[in-house]
Amino acid sequence: MWRDHLTEIIIFTLLFLLVSAMGFVAARWRAPKDMEHLDEWGLGGRNFGGWITWFLVGGDLYTAYTFVAVPALLFGAGAAGFFAVPYTVIIYPMAFLVLVRLWSVSHRHGFVTPADFVRRRFDSPTLALLVAITGIVATMPYIALQLVGIEAVLKTMGVTGESPLARHLPIIVAFAILAAYTYQSGLRAPALIAFVKDSLIYIVILVAVLYLPYKLGGWGEIFAAADARFDASPSPGDGVLLNQNNQLQYITLALGSALALFLYPHSLTGVLAARNRDVIKRNMSALPAYSLLLGLIALLGYMAIAAEVTPLPGASEGTVDNNTVVPLLFDQQFPSWFAGVAFAAVGIGALVPAAIMSIAAANLFTRNIYKEYLRRDATPAQEASVSKVTSLVVKIGAVACIVFLDPQFSIDLQLIGGVIILQTLPAVALGLYTRWFHRGALIAGWVAGMGLGMWMLYQIPNPATGRAHFGGSAFPLEKFGLDTPKTIYVGLVAVAVNLLVAAIGTLVLRAGRVPDGVDGTEPDDYFADEDDPRSIPAPREETEAAGADTEPAPKL
Amino acid sequence: MSEPGTEAASTASTSRAKDHSPWNWLLFVPIVVPLVTPLFNADSPRLFNFPLFYWLQLAFIALGVGTTTLVYQMTKKRR
Repeated sequence: MWRDHLTEIIIFTLLFLLVSAMGFVAARWRAPKDMEHLDEWGLGGRNFGGWITWFLVGGDLYTAYTFVAVPALLFGAGAAGFFAVPYTVIIYPMAFLVLVRLWSVSHRHGFVTPADFVRRRFDSPTLALLVAITGIVATMPYIALQLVGIEAVLKTMGVTGESPLARHLPIIVAFAILAAYTYQSGLRAPALIAFVKDSLIYIVILVAVLYLPYKLGGWGEIFAAADARFDASPSPGDGVLLNQNNQLQYITLALGSALALFLYPHSLTGVLAARNRDVIKRNMSALPAYSLLLGLIALLGYMAIAAEVTPLPGASEGTVDNNTVVPLLFDQQFPSWFAGVAFAAVGIGALVPAAIMSIAAANLFTRNIYKEYLRRDATPAQEASVSKVTSLVVKIGAVACIVFLDPQFSIDLQLIGGVIILQTLPAVALGLYTRWFHRGALIAGWVAGMGLGMWMLYQIPNPATGRAHFGGSAFPLEKFGLDTPKTIYVGLVAVAVNLLVAAIGTLVLRAGRVPDGVDGTEPDDYFADEDDPRSIPAPREETEAAGADTEPAPKL
Repeated sequence: MSEPGTEAASTASTSRAKDHSPWNWLLFVPIVVPLVTPLFNADSPRLFNFPLFYWLQLAFIALGVGTTTLVYQMTKKRR
C-alpha cells in the first residue's frame, strides 16, 4: 500500500520537482547568444568544460536502468552479472584516442551526429542513413528502459493502480515534464540536472556500501549468503565465480558492450558537447569513478540476497521482477526518508539519460533524414525546431512502448540495440582511422552483420520465462555445430562477420573499379582543437552542395 | 574538394606528430588485462573478505585510471 510509504513518496516528489524546476531554468544557464541553433539546443553550445562533461557523460552512460538491472543480474545469476565492471574499465582506454579524433573532425566540420561524419567521410548518403536509422532504433528502447527503472521504484513505493493507465499515470506525468523542459532547454537541462542526480547517487551508494555490510554481518557473510543461494539453486550457470562454460561469454560480452557504448548516439552527443580535446582526454581518466560506483552498486545484489529480499511479482503471472530487489533492499534496511532519497536518485537518474537520448535521436533525424532527404536548405533555426519537436515524438514513443507493450519487449529491444549499434563500428570507429573500406562494402557488411545478429538472437531461448526466441545475448556455440556447452556474445560475432564482409567487399569493388566517392575530410581534421582557425561554423552549405550532386540521393 | 587543402598540408605533419606517441601503446594494458578471466576467477586470496574475483576487478579500475592519466600527461601538448 502506498500509505505505508508516504515519507518516501513525499521526498521523491520534492526532489523530482526540484530538478524539474532546474530543467526549465537551464535554458538560461551559460546563456547562449541564440538558442535557435542546433549547436545550442542539441549540443549545449559545444562548450562544456571538464566538470560538466564528467557529470553529463557519467549521468548519460550509467543510467538508472544500469543501476537497477546490474544488481538484479548479480542477484539472479551471480558472477556473470559482474561483467559490467570490466566492460566499463576497458571502454575508456579504448575510446581515449578514438573520441578525440571524432571530436576534432566534428569540430572542424560542424558535425552533430556520427552519421554526419560518415556522410562526409564516405560520401554516401545511403551509408549515413543506415547509421542514423541504426542509431535511432537502438536508442528508442533504451529510453523506454529508463521508464522501467522508474517503474521499479514506483512499484516498491506501492504506487500502482488497477488499470494499465492508472498504473502508468505517474510515469506519463514525469515524462511530460521531462519532455517540456528538454524541449525548452535542450542539452543544457540534463547537463544541469546531472549534478543533482550524480551527487545523490554517490551519497546514497557510499552510505549503502558502508552501512549495509555492517548491518548484515560483514562482507564475508554477504558473499557466503550468495554462495549458499547459488549452491542451492538448480541452475548450472550461476555462482559467485564464473564456471568453465560462461567465461567466453563474460569476455565477449564485456568487450562487445565496450565497443558498442561509444557508438550509441547519446554517448557521442555528450562527447561532442565538450569544449576541447583535453576535456575529453581528462574525462577518460575521471569517468572510471563511475565504474567504481557501478561495481559497488552491483554488489547490492548480493546484499539483497543476504538480507533475504524477495522480489515483487512481475507483469505476468508466476514471474518475479528482479529489478525491484535494490529498491526493496533500501525500503527494508533504511529509514524511509533515506529510502526516499535513494528512490529519487534512481528516478532522476532515469531522466538525465532519457533526455540526452531523445536529443541524440532527434539530432539524427534532423540532420540525416530531414535535412538530407526532406529539406536540403534547412536553416540552423529550422534544424533546431525540427529537433525539438522530434524529441517530443521520441519520448511519446518511449512512453507508448511501456504503457501498451510488455516491458519485457523493451528489454528485448535494448538487447537487440546493443547488437545492432555495433554494426556501425566499421563505418564510424574504423572510419575515423582509415578510408580504406569502400562505401559499398561497408553497406554490405552492415547488412551481413545485422542479418546474422538477428538470426542468432532469434535462436536464443530463455529457459526462465519459457520463451523460445530473443531470450538473451548468449549464443550457444552448439548451434554452430560445435560440440561445446559454451556461449558467446552475439554482437561480437556479428561485427566480426560485418568486418569480414566489408574487407572482402572492398577488395572486390576496388578490383571492379566501382566509384568510391570523395573523402570530404583531410588528415589534419582529426587533430584540430578548440582554437582551430579553420573550424567551420555550423551552416556550411557551400561544400555540402558541391558533394551532393556527385551521387543522386536515394529515395526514402 | 574545396580550396583549403594546400596550406593545411604543412601543418598536418606537425600536428600528427603530437597525436602519435609510443606511450599510446600502453593503453592496451588496461584493455587486455581485465578480459583475462583465468587471472581473477578465483576465491582466494581474499581482501577485506572480498573474493579475488571481485576485489581484483575493482582494482583494475585503478589500473585503467593510472594508464590513461599517464598517457595523457606524457602526450600532452607543451605550451
